[in-house]
Amino acid sequence: MGDRPAEVRIHDFLEVDTGFSPEEAIAEANRCLQCKKPACVDGCPVNINIPVFIAEIAEGNFANAAVSIKTQNMLPAICGRVCPQETQCEILCILGNKDKPIRIGQLERFAADEERRTGIKPQDKKPSTGKRVAVIGSGPAGITAAGELAREGHSVVMYESLHLPGGVLTYGIPAFRLPKDVVNAELDQVLKLGVEVKLNHFVGKSVSLSELLTYDAVMLGTGAGLPYFMNIPGEHLNGVYSANEFLTRVNLMHADQFPRFDTPIAKASRVVVVGGGNVAMDAARTARRMGAKVTLVYRRRSEDLPARLAEIHHAEEEGIEFITCANPTRILGEQVVTGVECVRMQMCELDASGRPAAKPIDGDTFTLDCDVVIQAIGQGPNPVLVREIEGIERGRAGNVIADGDGKTSHPKIFAAGDVTTGAATVILAMGGAKKAAQSICSYLTSK
Amino acid sequence: MYTIEKSNEIADKIFEIWVDAPHVARNAQAGQFVIIRIDETGERIPLTISRARGDLVRIVFMAVGKTTHALAAIKPGGNIADIVGPLGHPSEVKSWGTCVIVGGGAGISSTPCIAEALKKAGNKVIGIIGARNAGMLIFEDEMREICDELHVTTDDGSKGRHGFAADVLKETVADQKIDAVWIIGPAIMMKITSMATRDKGIKTFVSLNPIMVDGTGMCGSCRCQVAGKTVFACVDGPEFDAHEVDFDLLMQRQRYYMEQEKEAIALWNQHGCSCAEGK
Ligand SMILES: Cc1cc2nc3c(=O)[nH]c(=O)nc-3n(C[C@H](O)[C@H](O)[C@H](O)COP(=O)(O)OP(=O)(O)OC[C@H]3O[C@@H](n4cnc5c(N)ncnc54)[C@H](O)[C@@H]3O)c2cc1C
Ligand SMILES: Cc1cc2nc3c(=O)[nH]c(=O)nc-3n(C[C@H](O)[C@H](O)[C@H](O)COP(=O)(O)OP(=O)(O)OC[C@H]3O[C@@H](n4cnc5c(N)ncnc54)[C@H](O)[C@@H]3O)c2cc1C
Ligand code: SF4
Ligand code: SF4
Ligand code: FES
Ligand SMILES: [Mg+2]
Repeated sequence: MGDRPAEVRIHDFLEVDTGFSPEEAIAEANRCLQCKKPACVDGCPVNINIPVFIAEIAEGNFANAAVSIKTQNMLPAICGRVCPQETQCEILCILGNKDKPIRIGQLERFAADEERRTGIKPQDKKPSTGKRVAVIGSGPAGITAAGELAREGHSVVMYESLHLPGGVLTYGIPAFRLPKDVVNAELDQVLKLGVEVKLNHFVGKSVSLSELLTYDAVMLGTGAGLPYFMNIPGEHLNGVYSANEFLTRVNLMHADQFPRFDTPIAKASRVVVVGGGNVAMDAARTARRMGAKVTLVYRRRSEDLPARLAEIHHAEEEGIEFITCANPTRILGEQVVTGVECVRMQMCELDASGRPAAKPIDGDTFTLDCDVVIQAIGQGPNPVLVREIEGIERGRAGNVIADGDGKTSHPKIFAAGDVTTGAATVILAMGGAKKAAQSICSYLTSK
Repeated sequence: MYTIEKSNEIADKIFEIWVDAPHVARNAQAGQFVIIRIDETGERIPLTISRARGDLVRIVFMAVGKTTHALAAIKPGGNIADIVGPLGHPSEVKSWGTCVIVGGGAGISSTPCIAEALKKAGNKVIGIIGARNAGMLIFEDEMREICDELHVTTDDGSKGRHGFAADVLKETVADQKIDAVWIIGPAIMMKITSMATRDKGIKTFVSLNPIMVDGTGMCGSCRCQVAGKTVFACVDGPEFDAHEVDFDLLMQRQRYYMEQEKEAIALWNQHGCSCAEGK
């Protein structure tokens, strides 16, 4: 098992990595030393009891492995696929010192996939408390909080402005990395706890703030969906997309299947993607699958690329051209994009993020011909609802200020995920949401 | 699923539908819009809320391409998959003094709601509605009932005054003190008509209609230039100061998918349905 060949997979949106076979999973699980003080667990933001579930896999008790994981993480098939394991649980695995660390993410995914194949067991929930909680947003943060709160017996209403739940899992991360049936199965299992989902509800508009505050508590999980643009000349030309728009057109609206689906998208033969994170890799690989030759421009060095290692590797295999230490200065074209002018960058002293600051080398420019430019240079917290909530403290980037337990400056409102941290990761959003859910429970019982 | 309770062709190619959408109707205000998706393979298109009554939302649209034709073809009692709203900021309703509301073509559908809200806020309201010909004129009665004064124009003279709404607006602002103006219609009409108030510095609102996807500020497809700054029409608008808008850019961006739109309507015309064969 493993990755499907690049020359095959660039023609479809099927999953690239086919995962472990049972034999491979058992063999990998058997390499685990079952450490008494497992360092790996400290690296996991939701503290999955990693040696315990791995031991179950080693014994061939796959269903038990899944049950064990789910006490800490209700979305293991998703996290196993998209967590940046190499910087979280796996980097701390003791085996990594001499040999390769245990492939914890792959094992987690395997256990979850096995459970899904054989039928997901319904989760237990406590008797009704009679308390009502509104959860805003159905991304990883909202889903996790909704699940935790429903398990505790609270009645949960989850609002989502789009026509499908899942947040970035649905509209952002492409199916070749995260198949939508995997997302749906894991969401369903949470929603089956009795969470009421109201799609097509844009909170702040469809539901007013005063209506919202009639709930006993509110959990904000509205994410960081605001796309940033570079503010360079030519950005309004036809053919310039934010990664959010490009990915939404394909993942949520299926523009790749136009005209079977009604949503159009540019028919591009040459695409330039700007950025170096997961979002940039996803945009580049999506454009590649739609038949374009793709060049990715990143302002720092290749070793600074913030994307998951696996995605960078997969992108390279799929023929994405990387130009590092370069940055667009101007998008060229009359009405429609014809190219991008870039400047080469030099690396200077380390900045606050511990990475070298990138500075343009004056005059050292070059031009790339293309018909589409996708900007994947970051997203900010969704401002629309948050800016209307009086008395809620916000940070400079527009993020909601929440303490480590998800409490905001508003006594009834709790928050987690990207709306508090800015664009981060699925598992951090989930970790934050679990804490927020606990805070909500104590708030509701103390009332 | 949301039920279409009523559906009528109220003028040539212009349709009025009432959709059962309590979550939209409950909070809808003048100037706001919805995004609808007809079915599982459908695209998301924005349409202005023309009125809200009880649980129902009135939408008035012109059949121009695939989605609007398909929407027009849904019989009363039929469904659409999704409707989200109300989206965008409401019109800036306050006591201005004397207001003029100009509607062009299908854009007239937005005017009764705004006129009524302004009237309630104590303004004198003058309506100017213009269409290509008498057969395409809508809501004359509704506007006549609300407005203190109503002017009707047609491009071909088949009804009311022969000419454009802009002509009447020019005369109106020359004759009397006008405090605020709304102009709603196709981009080119808004661009030309808003010139009538520019020199006098009269506060003039236009409702921008760029191509949208989510309508919640998440994609940036709807970005426009207003006063030299990038705005997202879906969440920062849709109404903006007409004299600050880059209309040429708006029109440029509206044209981006023309080729695909032709392909989509051709397929629709061939089959007249969204069935598998049609796709
Ligand atoms: C393309 C892409 C690839 C990524 N790849 C990875 C990866 O490989 N690994 C990883 O760990 N992370 C990845 N991330 C980051 C990760 O997806 C996010 O950190 C995570 O989804 C944040 O979860 P969230 O629940 O806070 O927000 P989101 O997932 O953004 O969900 C927020 C939801 O709230 C809804 N909403 C917003 N405002 C309102 C409102 N007013 N009313 C109702 N609903 C509202 C939105 O429509 C959305 O559905 C990626 C992100 C992107 C965009
Ligand atoms: C805020 C707003 C309010 C609107 N209100 C109304 C209304 O009340 N009545 C009405 O008749 N029309 C309204 N429109 C325009 C309406 O959305 C388009 O006519 C419709 O999307 C056309 O879709 P189609 O598939 O039938 O035609 P197509 O052939 O696909 O498109 C025809 C033209 O419509 C525009 N358009 C296409 N797709 C979109 C999209 N997703 N978003 C926005 N524009 C698009 C493009 O300029 C295109 O060239 C509004 C647009 C906006 C942005
Ligand atoms: S959830 Fe993520 S960090 Fe935690 S064990 Fe699984 S892969 Fe590692
Ligand atoms: S640190 Fe590595 S070897 Fe030790 S328990 Fe965790 S996964 Fe197993
Ligand atoms: S339509 Fe997506 S940001 Fe406005
Ligand atoms: Mg269309």
